[in-house]
Amino acid sequence: MTGPLVSVEGLRVLFKSADRTVHAVNGVDFALQPGEVLGLLGESGSGKSVTLKALLRLLPASRTTLSGKVTVAGHDVLSMDERALRQYRGGVVSMIFQEPMLAFDPVFTVGDQIAEAVMRHEDVGRAAARGRALEMLERVRIPSAKRRLDAYPHEMSGGMRQRAMIALALACKPQLLLADEPTTALDATVQIQILLLLRELQKEFGMAVIFVTHDVGVAVEVSDRMAVMYGGRIVERGSAADVIRRTAHPYPQGLLASTVHGAMRGTRLEAIPGAPPDLSRMPTGCAFAPRCRLADDTCRSVAPPIAALAPGHEAECHQPRVLSA
Amino acid sequence: MSASIPQGIADEDIGGPAQPLLSIRGLVKHFPIKGGVLNRTVAVVQAVDGIDFDVAKGETLGIVGESGCGKSTTARLLVRLIDPDAGEVLYDGLKIGAQDGLDLREMRRHVQMVFQDSFASLNPRLTIEDSISFGPKVHGLGAKEAKARARELLQQVGLNPNLFVRRYPHELSGGQRQRVNIARALALRPRLVILDEAVSALDKSVEAQVLNLLQDLKAELGLTYVFISHDLNVVRYMSDRVMVMYLGRVAEIGPVDAIYGNPRHPYTKALLSAMPSMDPDARTQEAPIAGDPPNPINPPAGCRFHTRCPFSEPVCAAKVPDLAAVAGDAKHAVACHMNVAGSGHSRTAGAA
Amino acid sequence: MSAASAAVSSEAGQVPVASRGYWSNVLRRLARDKVAMACLAVLVLILLAAIFAPLIAPGDPYRGSIIRRLRPIGTEGYPLGTDELGRDMLTRLIYGGRLSLFMGIVPVLNAFLIGTFLGVVAGYVGGKTNMAIMRTIDVFYAFPSVLLAIAISGALGAGIFNSIVSLTVVFIPPIARVAESVTTQVRNLDFVDAARASGAGALTIIRVHILGNVLGPVFVYATGLVSVSMILASGLSFLGLGTKPPEAEWGLMLNTLRTAIYVQPAVAALPGAMIFVTSICFNLFSDGLRSAMDVKL
Repeated sequence: MTGPLVSVEGLRVLFKSADRTVHAVNGVDFALQPGEVLGLLGESGSGKSVTLKALLRLLPASRTTLSGKVTVAGHDVLSMDERALRQYRGGVVSMIFQEPMLAFDPVFTVGDQIAEAVMRHEDVGRAAARGRALEMLERVRIPSAKRRLDAYPHEMSGGMRQRAMIALALACKPQLLLADEPTTALDATVQIQILLLLRELQKEFGMAVIFVTHDVGVAVEVSDRMAVMYGGRIVERGSAADVIRRTAHPYPQGLLASTVHGAMRGTRLEAIPGAPPDLSRMPTGCAFAPRCRLADDTCRSVAPPIAALAPGHEAECHQPRVLSA
Repeated sequence: MSASIPQGIADEDIGGPAQPLLSIRGLVKHFPIKGGVLNRTVAVVQAVDGIDFDVAKGETLGIVGESGCGKSTTARLLVRLIDPDAGEVLYDGLKIGAQDGLDLREMRRHVQMVFQDSFASLNPRLTIEDSISFGPKVHGLGAKEAKARARELLQQVGLNPNLFVRRYPHELSGGQRQRVNIARALALRPRLVILDEAVSALDKSVEAQVLNLLQDLKAELGLTYVFISHDLNVVRYMSDRVMVMYLGRVAEIGPVDAIYGNPRHPYTKALLSAMPSMDPDARTQEAPIAGDPPNPINPPAGCRFHTRCPFSEPVCAAKVPDLAAVAGDAKHAVACHMNVAGSGHSRTAGAA
Repeated sequence: MSAASAAVSSEAGQVPVASRGYWSNVLRRLARDKVAMACLAVLVLILLAAIFAPLIAPGDPYRGSIIRRLRPIGTEGYPLGTDELGRDMLTRLIYGGRLSLFMGIVPVLNAFLIGTFLGVVAGYVGGKTNMAIMRTIDVFYAFPSVLLAIAISGALGAGIFNSIVSLTVVFIPPIARVAESVTTQVRNLDFVDAARASGAGALTIIRVHILGNVLGPVFVYATGLVSVSMILASGLSFLGLGTKPPEAEWGLMLNTLRTAIYVQPAVAALPGAMIFVTSICFNLFSDGLRSAMDVKL
């Protein structure tokens, strides 16, 4: 295939309720090549999870207004009907979550659910589907996979369940995997196992991955490219090294400075002042301006342009300054 | 300081600076799991199973470990939200709850706690002012003085009292709520504050603000902290000494630089190398240990880590290792057979 | 205040927003609920009419006339007709509201006080106390409420006071159950632990932290029971176990007029219509209150 696998242009998501309108995503553009891993980094309310869910049209249709253009593997996602969506979800794109119990039905065995998913998307019999389920459980390194086929989700430990959910998501060999903080609820020693497993499976299956996380370290471990979100927009993007080492936007700069790591004992943390913006009352200019050290009147009144810093490295800022770390 | 609460015996420093503020000896807490028709105990969660440690005056002791290691149960035992099954807790040398010791109610004034969930730990129907002044009122401070103290504390945790006293918790951001929780914990002028994952639910940019605040308050008020977290970076930043727990027991305890620079327990090593790399060119290549932490219901016999330990030998499954000082550093102790010469492990300190 | 805390003061991100208490929020939402407000208006009207009955009623509720029995609605001088003893229906309906509302509200109020007390104690103390209180309540809960009310009234004998006692007993179990389950939820929240850690006793914690969070939901539930109580009270009167003639009470009026159902169906149905309208209004208002209180904080 030529051209990008995923292309998102001007994606906006509004949530409407009787009291207020929440501007969750405010014009997100990005493209993803087949087999590429994009880390979407942001804090709560930055719009990272909403962007991900919009790619699968998982947001409640009655309260949500989606606009923009989202194309995944040739499918125009925002105009698909229910039937097309069913084939698309799980077949072309699948998703893993923070809480694996959400992905599984507690009353069926793990093996049956994986086999079920395979039969829904491919023209194969039950025996072949179960064979695929077993193969998948082995590929995600679940010990004694054969026995685990007949286990119920609640009989597995946290890390095991996460692996089983990955097996379920990859059973139909999707071209794109969406990962919504899949390791956040896990213990440290288990988290690293899952991250390494995902990296390995990504190479093996050659699929593209969008990995949403709030943890810089996790994003570094999995991403080829990274995009940092704030106030429903991508404020900086580039290779992982660009974003971590040659950070240009004041928000990721502040985020990196305030993230505790290594031997920082005795030094005062450079915290970003203030709190994230209220998404129902977005400022007119740069969303980060109220918290930014460098903000001037332009920042507060005019939306910032995209500044190209290097090939593929862009920041949405009136005065980007690369700070080398 | 505004009008004070009636003075108690432990208000002044009794034991002197050398006396640990908190001494824990053989603390045990098991939770029975009831089931069946007769509501009989069918299993026991060994949440905390015999731990000993001291917290010196003015220091911060960090406690790290994974889920099920017993760190939150330890926190609740320290503030006596739950009663221990065995063991004793000495506050400044005084046994809590004993005849000649420290009265429980009195102890509450000196030991306070900040919880992880900033929202659940504030009463949604009370204003910020009422939440903070509740404790002082319980201890006999007049309504007026208690309110004055609430305003003073809000100022101290960086919230403008004029803007916040009449607010309700749902009108505040997560970071602001956690500041209120800290103010509430300080309202009784405690000497020891237990911080149970107090910054874990906050966004990183806000977490840094709260960590700075905690450091400032400690210096200003001469507090002692027990800082519990699963985030090794944050614990390293905050703590003077660190205790690593695994399945209800202490795996290793020592000065922060010794734990992070020269970890001796295989579990501590695994935990440290499981931290995600912050360098895109040096990503982690291999997981330090495989598998999940075992269930604290019926934990493994012997050394509880032996099922996941790369150096496990028969002695590890057979015998519980004692927490013993590391050779050359009396402050650094580890519970591992490899640390004890003659334990029967082939890699003992001498043999290696 | 130190310089260090002055520095963090600007870090905390303070946006002055007009502060509203929880209850003023609830009232604001309730005021926007048209159905609930309409029902409230009807209820207030009925209540005021009942209270000021002697001032607004056109006649005497007890004075009848043999020659003017069972006149239809719209008769001159008797806008809603007359009953089987020739008494003015409008007057009797206005007076009847007094007893009917009384019988609807008082037993529920009693049960609200007793049931909440039992439920909160059971929920907060837990363990064996909870077991003892809740299992006892379950025994009462096992009977259908109508049967229980009839049985107790029958045993105690007819009369207003006895009806109130029997209805109170009927409503204690459901209210106690709701109070217990809400208390158990609230009790496990961290702010209760924080209050315990500050050395407060059980009574203080219940007063300051539990009741404020429990009374609201229980109150909403109880308002929904007022209509049930009215209907049960009417039923007791209908069976001769509640109010006695010649008192004006809607249930009793419905009973005595039932013989006239073929002669003057419209008049005979009037007391029933009043019971129906009042209960519906109580129920819809209670629903409105429930959704107004269900604020996602």
